[in-house]
Amino acid sequence: MSDTKRSHLLHLGVIAVLFALFFVLPAYHVGNLSRIMVLAVYAMGFNLLFGYTGLLSLGHALFFATGMYGLGMAMNSFGIAAEPALLIGLICAVVMAAVVGFLALRTSGVAFMIVTLMFAQAGYLTILYFGAYTRGDEGFVIPQPDRMIAGIDITGETARYFAALILFAVVFLLIAHVVRSPFGRTLVAIRENEERTRMLGYDTDRHKLKAVILSGTISGLAGAAYALLFGYAGATFATVQYSIFPLLWVLLGGAGTTLGPIIGVAFMFYLIDLSSSVTQAYMLIAGVVLVLLTLFAPQGLAGELRRRVMRWLP
Amino acid sequence: MAAVILETKGLTKSYGGLNANEDVDFELRRGKVTALIGPNGAGKSTFVGMVSGRIPATRGQVIFDGQDISALPAHKRIQLGIAYTFQITSVYAGLTLRENIAIAARRRLGKDRKAVQTKVSGVLEQVSLLDRADQDAGDLSYGHQRVLEIAMGLVQDPRLFILDEPTQGLAESEVDDFVTLIKTLVGDTTILLIEHNMDVVMRTADYIHVLDNGRSLASGTPEEIRKNTAVQAAYLGTDVDA
Repeated sequence: MSDTKRSHLLHLGVIAVLFALFFVLPAYHVGNLSRIMVLAVYAMGFNLLFGYTGLLSLGHALFFATGMYGLGMAMNSFGIAAEPALLIGLICAVVMAAVVGFLALRTSGVAFMIVTLMFAQAGYLTILYFGAYTRGDEGFVIPQPDRMIAGIDITGETARYFAALILFAVVFLLIAHVVRSPFGRTLVAIRENEERTRMLGYDTDRHKLKAVILSGTISGLAGAAYALLFGYAGATFATVQYSIFPLLWVLLGGAGTTLGPIIGVAFMFYLIDLSSSVTQAYMLIAGVVLVLLTLFAPQGLAGELRRRVMRWLP
Repeated sequence: MAAVILETKGLTKSYGGLNANEDVDFELRRGKVTALIGPNGAGKSTFVGMVSGRIPATRGQVIFDGQDISALPAHKRIQLGIAYTFQITSVYAGLTLRENIAIAARRRLGKDRKAVQTKVSGVLEQVSLLDRADQDAGDLSYGHQRVLEIAMGLVQDPRLFILDEPTQGLAESEVDDFVTLIKTLVGDTTILLIEHNMDVVMRTADYIHVLDNGRSLASGTPEEIRKNTAVQAAYLGTDVDA
């Protein structure tokens, strides 16, 4: 079997499993999985930039929050319906990613990390400053009756699960396609050796800007979907913590693998969920497990899998 | 077609007050092998860096095929048909050989997977690395990495191929293979070769250009350079017989 065929089967298989899980799992886990899939979209956006292009942004919460507030404020302040509001959230994220990318890519390495962190911090403070409209830290709830897509009420557990699954599947397949395309392979080349790639005649600056825009847009889409599906937008999602989360998820799951984000998010989610049911000091357990993983599987779970058994893993 | 494919006029690079290259006027004849030689620190790598765009020139002009490319960024110059191999091996260590060469090939062949595959396999065969195609480049021996570096240039079908000390660190037999390879390229490709190994220079070069202390010292056929007293004084050392 060719690698392309295997890759198609793998990705469709993952989607099929997620589809089947809905019918097997108890309601509690179905709810969790809806959240995990949306957050995995966020992680996939981050992974495109960090895992595939080698650019570490510490400010991705800005894109997530941009999508979230783009949709949330369009619906709440302007009474716009869910579908166009989703589009507005997406457009806001594209613009934000283009601006941040254009400016932040003048730097590289540690400076890039700091600049993206600062942009995100500025975004967070802006949300607080305009508290009269954004409701600041407290955030705001998007009323249940407004949360309809194509006439379907997506606030119910079933509809929400399948809305999350469709979103996840689309982005998952898109990423799988992108990373195997010449564009995606060039991003990997930039990650591995930027100078060499430039001297092979590639416009690396343009490729990196495109990667930031695509990555930021996907992250923004996740933010908008999160607000829509879970009915809440708040400044917490713009904090540094939410910039660090995708980094953790992707590192645990496997940076530069298409499976890494969903594995990482699910792993972290259940690690905290399970350990908090055992003890109040659950962060201690979570911390120890994270340290162990970093020591013994530095390439993350999917990364280890690729290294040991499945070399073809995209 | 003009006989000269590349020309530089007054090409200069200053680092602080120090001139790595000073007013280098240089002509490269189409379809020939020209060797750029000179003692360590003569400014050879800086010079080809400025030609390829990797190092920005302080002043001066680079003219490629009648077009002034002095203001073009490196990737645009490469797109015009200049391939460049690094003096310090610079391959994608974490990727397979095949992918290394495919990245170089894809810039021109783009989305045409079949064409890329055929081209890559062809070049792998040409440099006798086909049996290692699926190894990670980082696991190759140093000599093989040098060859891979050359293969990444070859696959671009360059009009001008700049090789910065390609035989450095190669075994005797590998050097012979390299010389043979260069000879097969002559005619279609213009080659600019920085080389310390005088044996390789004498076996391959049609012309030699000598740099010393950042300036042009002499240029001509190997025979002329061998007889040039200034070159002998600066480089080959005339007082050996004395």
